[in-house]
Amino acid sequence: MAVVEVPKPSEASNTKTSQPNTITLRIARSNPSAEQELSFSEFQIPVQKWTTVLEAILYVKQNFDHSLAVRYSCRQASCGSCGMKINGRPALACYTKISELNSNVITVEPMNNFPIIRDLAVDFKQLISNHKKMKPFIIREDSEVTPESKEFVQTPQDLEKFLQFSYCIKCGLCNSACPTMATDESFIGPQGLAQAYRYVADNRDKGKDDRLKIVDDSHGIWRCHFAGSCSHVCPKGVDPAMAIQLLRGYLLGFRK
Amino acid sequence: MRESIIMKIHYGTALGAVALVAVHILMRMSQKFSDSLQYQNVIANYHFLPYALMLEAILILLSVHGFNGLRVILLELKQGSTYEKMINYGSLAAMAVLIAYGSRTILMAGMGVS
Repeated sequence: MAVVEVPKPSEASNTKTSQPNTITLRIARSNPSAEQELSFSEFQIPVQKWTTVLEAILYVKQNFDHSLAVRYSCRQASCGSCGMKINGRPALACYTKISELNSNVITVEPMNNFPIIRDLAVDFKQLISNHKKMKPFIIREDSEVTPESKEFVQTPQDLEKFLQFSYCIKCGLCNSACPTMATDESFIGPQGLAQAYRYVADNRDKGKDDRLKIVDDSHGIWRCHFAGSCSHVCPKGVDPAMAIQLLRGYLLGFRK
Repeated sequence: MRESIIMKIHYGTALGAVALVAVHILMRMSQKFSDSLQYQNVIANYHFLPYALMLEAILILLSVHGFNGLRVILLELKQGSTYEKMINYGSLAAMAVLIAYGSRTILMAGMGVS
């Protein structure tokens, strides 16, 4: 039988971390509509071992500057609202603990490759429009539910082909990390391409040809250089770089 | 032309060029490298029809691959329908000019016209 012992007082004191209890939070401030150039505001924030970057930003809003613009909602890496550059790397603020960053100075900036609305909030118009362009729904003639309808059969193996890509929360971190998106603003982007693959690989879907036509464009799938940074930054473990290579397989005739 | 067809040509020309350039380099190794660059030896290559045809094939493969690669880079640098049309037709024209000029050289050397 397993025995769980309460740590003795001396052991408990040994487990204390050397985490400093105050950090400097540098926040990028800008307002393009008011022609305000980018500058950084610095704040001293008290932190605990479990404090997230989002909590630190909200502390600033509550105690120092309520005019700070930041988008957030669920605080549990489900809504994809609080994507930003944290110490130079795109990440979700609610999913990044300050203690993980191993630094007393935390710099937060708006995500790259998106137009800035104000401070940390960026415009998702292009991301959402590219996502919609991929027809992110099952296409088939008999998809209407009737009294005679049965569920579409899908084996666990069929599901495995696209499951990880359905975890996408549209946070835009992959597009922000993509080097092609930095130069080619018409590029569909890893998020849209991964979603195209998610539906193309779904055995219930019949819209493969439509989607392949959309991605087979001069600013489509072929502009990916396979840097892999999109997969590296995804907070949900989605691998858009792999989706793009698998989707290319359909266009090159390796996959049916 | 659809982008997937263009990219299939791009990958195909790359593979073809690697294979034929390898043959071309191996042929240089059949004798001392400095000898292979002697005037008579170079002209003899053009007079030997299979070798001249291989040089023509290398010329076409590298022109198509190179200028399509340049087209892709330029399309990523800037966007806009007029600019993109200009780049697409410009690369095609550059490809054709280089192939025509190279073929003229191969033909003239093969026929012994200097």
